[in-house]
Amino acid sequence: MNTPVPLAPPRRLVDVTVDGQEVRVPEGATIMQACAQTGVSCPTLCYGDTLTPKNACRICVVEVEGARTLAPACSRPVEPGMAVRTDSDRVRHARRTVLELLGSSVDLSTTPQAQEWMEHYDARPERFGPRAAPAPMGERDARRAGEHEPPTGAVAETVEQPAKIDNDLYVRDYGKCILCYKCVDACGEQWQNTFAIGVAGRGFDARVSTEHDVALPDSACVYCGNCIEVCPTGALSFKSEFDMRAEGTWDESRQRQTTTVCTYCGVGCNVTLHVQDNEIVKVTSPHDNPVTHGNLCIKGRFGFQHVQQRRHD
Amino acid sequence: MDLRFLDAVPDSLEREAVDAVLGPAESGWDGGERRAGDLRYARGGHAARARRDLLLPALHAVNDRTGWISPAALDYICRRLTVPPAEAYGVATFYAMFSLQARPARVVHVCTDIACAAKGADRIRAELAERLGPPGDASGEQAGAIWHESPCLGLCERAPAALALEAGSPPRFAVAAPARAEDIAALMTPPPVDTTPSNGHRPATTFAPSPLSGGTVEPAPSAAVPQAGVPGLVLLRRIGVVDPESLDDYRAHGGYAALRQALRLGPAGVIREVVESGLVGRGGAAFPTGRKWEATARQPASPHYLVCNADESEPGTFKDRVLMEGDPFSVIEAMTIAAYATGAEKGYLYIRGEYPRALSRLENAIARARGRNLLGRDILGSGFDFDVEIRRGAGAYICGEETAVFNSIEGRRGEPRSKPPFPVERGLFGRPTTINNVETLVNVLPIMLMGGPAYARIGTGGSTGPKLFCVSGTVSRPGVYELPFGATLRDLLELSGGVAEGREIRAVLLGGAAGAFVRGDELDIPLTFEGARAAGATLGSGVVLVLDDTVDLASILVRIAAFFRDESCGQCAPCRVGTVRQEEALRRLAGGSASRRTELRVLRDVGAAMRDASICGLGQTAWNAVESAIDRLGVFAAPTTDTTEEAR
Ligand SMILES: Cc1cc2nc3c(=O)[nH]c(=O)nc-3n(C[C@H](O)[C@H](O)[C@H](O)COP(=O)(O)O)c2cc1C
Ligand code: SF4
Ligand code: SF4
Ligand code: SF4
Ligand code: FES
Repeated sequence: MNTPVPLAPPRRLVDVTVDGQEVRVPEGATIMQACAQTGVSCPTLCYGDTLTPKNACRICVVEVEGARTLAPACSRPVEPGMAVRTDSDRVRHARRTVLELLGSSVDLSTTPQAQEWMEHYDARPERFGPRAAPAPMGERDARRAGEHEPPTGAVAETVEQPAKIDNDLYVRDYGKCILCYKCVDACGEQWQNTFAIGVAGRGFDARVSTEHDVALPDSACVYCGNCIEVCPTGALSFKSEFDMRAEGTWDESRQRQTTTVCTYCGVGCNVTLHVQDNEIVKVTSPHDNPVTHGNLCIKGRFGFQHVQQRRHD
Repeated sequence: MDLRFLDAVPDSLEREAVDAVLGPAESGWDGGERRAGDLRYARGGHAARARRDLLLPALHAVNDRTGWISPAALDYICRRLTVPPAEAYGVATFYAMFSLQARPARVVHVCTDIACAAKGADRIRAELAERLGPPGDASGEQAGAIWHESPCLGLCERAPAALALEAGSPPRFAVAAPARAEDIAALMTPPPVDTTPSNGHRPATTFAPSPLSGGTVEPAPSAAVPQAGVPGLVLLRRIGVVDPESLDDYRAHGGYAALRQALRLGPAGVIREVVESGLVGRGGAAFPTGRKWEATARQPASPHYLVCNADESEPGTFKDRVLMEGDPFSVIEAMTIAAYATGAEKGYLYIRGEYPRALSRLENAIARARGRNLLGRDILGSGFDFDVEIRRGAGAYICGEETAVFNSIEGRRGEPRSKPPFPVERGLFGRPTTINNVETLVNVLPIMLMGGPAYARIGTGGSTGPKLFCVSGTVSRPGVYELPFGATLRDLLELSGGVAEGREIRAVLLGGAAGAFVRGDELDIPLTFEGARAAGATLGSGVVLVLDDTVDLASILVRIAAFFRDESCGQCAPCRVGTVRQEEALRRLAGGSASRRTELRVLRDVGAAMRDASICGLGQTAWNAVESAIDRLGVFAAPTTDTTEEAR
């Protein structure tokens, strides 16, 4: 009589092989999850642990036996009997070339692991020629879809341009943007529902933008900083971090991280304070928090100055 | 959604243009006048957002009326549709035909793509730049008009071509093809300033029927069909024979007999015939149509949708335009049959923005079909309901990709979605959707009339039926040709008169920019899917673009690369950046200064990564034509003896 009611039907298990190694994963799991179970890791850039995969960067591609093209490991669900190779020539070539393409067009100096992957895959972004000079401010934002200045080929075009500094809290340095869509998804329907930013333009001239490229204070931005939380490249950063990097004082080896509870309201979000030289230099939030998934509001994210008001007499 | 707007006030023309599409605003909440009652309720939720798919038509309405989309107009559209301004800005800036900057009412699009380049578009461009200033320049003498270089306008049989569009009420257009620089200059004559409100009057067609000032009357669509009137044609049989504006004439020439037959067969019977006919898609991917229909029909989720892909933007392709302009009712009839078979009550016809004449003809055809109960409720007393809505693209090749079409219709950026899930399962609005090319659909009419097995006897075992080929370039009789599958490339070129006396065929581009080149000595290639594949080429959308030995192939390759760079949606890294690097390397090679070995290595490496790692067919094929030109035609081959060693 009292038979327990299962809350969800048990997930069927699927057998796949990763680099020749057999592994059993729940139906619907991604190739990346199958890889993780066998201890194989895939490089990722646009994948976010709190977001729906956009599979735009294509650095995680793997070879699926019998498929015409490579598949993004971050998002492709496994199928029974799937045989995946993560280190074939095709995979290495695609990953190397994607790194070269991104490295030659974007400033990856603050992208964690970029350098390491470049070395691992022997990527040489400089092979496309010297980098073009950064575009003047606003030039990329004014480009029209469907036309471009014919290049001479003497220099390799980049997305570099001056950083957008239009408020006291955070900086948008789109010369470092790989267009992973994560900030847009976090600001929009996946988390914040503010929709202050979108992707505008097309092709190489596509860029993250407010409407008509208005400054952030004139946009719908509420400064929750949830875009900074997910940005994989450092294109979005706290003003404090941006300034310290410019001064050359940013030093992560000297930073301590303390996770605590935001005291502003009853939601009680977890905040992780990054402290260098006894100053809070940035605030993040744990992604594994089952309630907030790394999201905060302006108060938890930026409202820390009162903690470090000191008398300067 | 709690949205923030700019608080810019649209002028009366802008407001009127938007209201003509969306109806008047209901309250202060959606951009209307604010009344006391508005404060007692909040508008929101699904109801407020459900009309997102009207974003593209609303953007068109403003662009058609004033020539550009001002911040105030965009803001008003956002309020009306509850769309975040940043998203709407992202959508508007995705399309080449929209401008977010003030510009003159008249815009002349001058085609510089492959077919036009083969017919001297470069000279015209240079001459125009000298006479009128650089493209996009509205500062000079001709301030009432601007010109832009354009990708293929689908007028290749009359290359070089130009299309002028003028905002107003109603908007007007004119075509100059074949165009001389002075014809285009004539199109640049500024129009009289027009600020007359249209009194809410909506004409039957979007564009005015008469060409704008400075333009001439276009030849009839049959001018693009050298075989027009020849007995035995199947797909082109009515072109030049019927009045494309008259439903009676269409019926007098066998129109709507296929629909009656379909209604007799029932949906399962129609699908059976289509499966047995062996019909495969003519849009480029050659997927079996019957299987697609069967898969959609089987889906339990509802509603089902039908989409007719009339985006036709593959450079060198113009067959769908000729069908839509010359025999528009056949497209509507075929859509009705497809919808009946796959269980769709609503169909969308997505037509590229550069086809104003085809648009007018289809608008007329739909209105007339509705008037006779050939669309709408209980069609011909069968109990089957179906209607068609036209959606106009706005200058984006990628919007022909099947999932990008859906995003474009839904009012989102025309970025392809990742597959799986496939459209038959989750397509337009997330529902099971059949999407077919215009020519594919039109083939269903003869299948209904002659039966699947009889149709399957036309052509070869692997490629059944008649096929349209778009012949352009340096041949004496360019145009759309209909041949049963199995004819050779040589047969087709003989029909089209071949190249001029004393000239030699240097190359033939099969399948368009996403296709491949073959040499002039490979004309025995059978024009079938399997024959082209065996020859390492593709039929793609039926492009046969002939280049004789006067054409500079290196500059054609640069143009192809520039096309992909412009048309990449920008979503995935290999294509977004790879297309840029491909163009840069080709410019270096064409300039002759670079090390061939290094540059060919760059091209091959980038090309392989684009082919393997891009999300959609655009990136995956962006290197095909260039690769074939290098490998088959020996473009950039070493002048000396070391070809094998160096070119690798
Ligand atoms: C970049 C790209 C552009 C495309 N453009 C068109 C197009 O303009 N018209 C079309 O019918 N199919 C186009 N296709 C093919 C469609 O994705 C799809 O295969 C086709 O509409 C299916 O119809 P069919 O089975 O009748 O051919 C395009 C594909 C790609 C990858
Ligand atoms: S700013 Fe950062 S998060 Fe946003 S698209 Fe660029 S790299 Fe991604
Ligand atoms: S971050 Fe914002 S929502 Fe979270 S506890 Fe602090 S004040 Fe409340
Ligand atoms: S391959 Fe090119 S066009 Fe296709 S999704 Fe990627 S960037 Fe967009
Ligand atoms: S991490 Fe998979 S595509 Fe970017």
